[in-house]
Amino acid sequence: MHRFANPNRFLRLARAVFPWAVGATVALLGTGLYYALFASPPDYQQGETVRIMYVHVPSAWMAMFVYAAIAVASASALIWKHPLADIFARAASPIGAAFTLLALVTGSLWGKPMWGAWWVWDARLTSVLILFFLYLGHMALLNAFDDPARGQRAAAILALVGVVNLPVIKFSVDWWNTLHQPASVVRMGGPSIHPDMLTPLLLMAAGFTAYFVVTVIVRIEAEILARRVRAHRLMQGG
Amino acid sequence: MSAFAALLRRDLRLTLRNGGDALMVVAFFIVAGALFPFGVGAEPAVLARIAPGLVWVMALLSVLLSLDRLFQSDYEDGSLDQILLSPQPLTLAVAAKIAAHWLVTAVPLMIAAPVLALLLSLDPALLPPLLLGMLLGTPTLAILGAIGAALSLGARRGGVLLSLLVLPLYIPVLVFGAGAVAAAAAGEPFQAPLMALGAFLLAALALGPWAAAASLRQAAQ
Repeated sequence: MHRFANPNRFLRLARAVFPWAVGATVALLGTGLYYALFASPPDYQQGETVRIMYVHVPSAWMAMFVYAAIAVASASALIWKHPLADIFARAASPIGAAFTLLALVTGSLWGKPMWGAWWVWDARLTSVLILFFLYLGHMALLNAFDDPARGQRAAAILALVGVVNLPVIKFSVDWWNTLHQPASVVRMGGPSIHPDMLTPLLLMAAGFTAYFVVTVIVRIEAEILARRVRAHRLMQGG
Repeated sequence: MSAFAALLRRDLRLTLRNGGDALMVVAFFIVAGALFPFGVGAEPAVLARIAPGLVWVMALLSVLLSLDRLFQSDYEDGSLDQILLSPQPLTLAVAAKIAAHWLVTAVPLMIAAPVLALLLSLDPALLPPLLLGMLLGTPTLAILGAIGAALSLGARRGGVLLSLLVLPLYIPVLVFGAGAVAAAAAGEPFQAPLMALGAFLLAALALGPWAAAASLRQAAQ
């Protein structure tokens, strides 16, 4: 892991990965959207609105995955002072917040025809809303100090404290009797969802992940270059 | 342990000799809570229905408002550096500061809660679950708040930031605290939400001072 603490080595690797990640995003999202919108059957109860799922579920997965990744990066930033881990946490936080917002908004659009309400105070929805607030707090804390390093350390601790929310989100549908449907893909006894619907869902999830890799590489690269510019300016005494 | 007691005594003495500070929070609790009858209308039935939640939300906001003095004055006058330099474990020192803060903030709030409950026409029979819930819930609020206060120490616009950090973490306590009163109001047993509050408290006691100490250490670097 410390091999890639060197920004140059990381940038070389990132630039090699980048075109592949872009290609994977385009290919996966393209085929995923085709399957999701045209080649998969409508639900026998929900009709065409079930297609919201192909955006809603992957963004909810990504919201949690990105938070978990930020937490791991924060831990390695605090423990090993890994310099890129801080940059990763800073780069990934707005992306994760965007995925969370996307999950909430698509969920709301889906909830209106299905449950008859844009929003219900259900355990799953509430815990995802808390996740969104945690992202906002993380971003606010990162930029709240004159010394950016201080903000990074504080935000790293906050990210670790917020990890308690992840299992609550995952198991909220099992612990409480909720309106939100229980897990149907990752569960004991295999997925309960039909393969015709599972295929586009997994394609979209893979596409979202590839998209995350693309955006996070762009943001990390920008941050590294911004730091370099700052360092050069300081060296020139201006 | 004597260091714990010494720090606890020092913090209590500092607050008590500054007098007004602790009472100010109680005054906010009552005054802000008394705004609701003007806002939602003074019908006793409506007020009694929402009173448990209001008392809890006001208690939560009062604790939040008081958090800025938890570490701020020590940070400004340098006593925090002395505490960090002392050979005693920082976790213990943080626990002492949280305990002192709880004693001077939350205990007066619990004494004032029946008054606010009366103003909001809460059924007196519901006071036991309300106060028991506050007894179990407010220490958790103080511990979580200490983490937030330590994280935002020295930040620009620290107060707003602190509420953004801490309020999402307060939601579970609010849910189960108000839930206990709601269960009692519906004539159901209210032990289960109280037990959940107790579980939160135990988890917060075990992990919270540790996290707050880590945040303080990075704040002072």
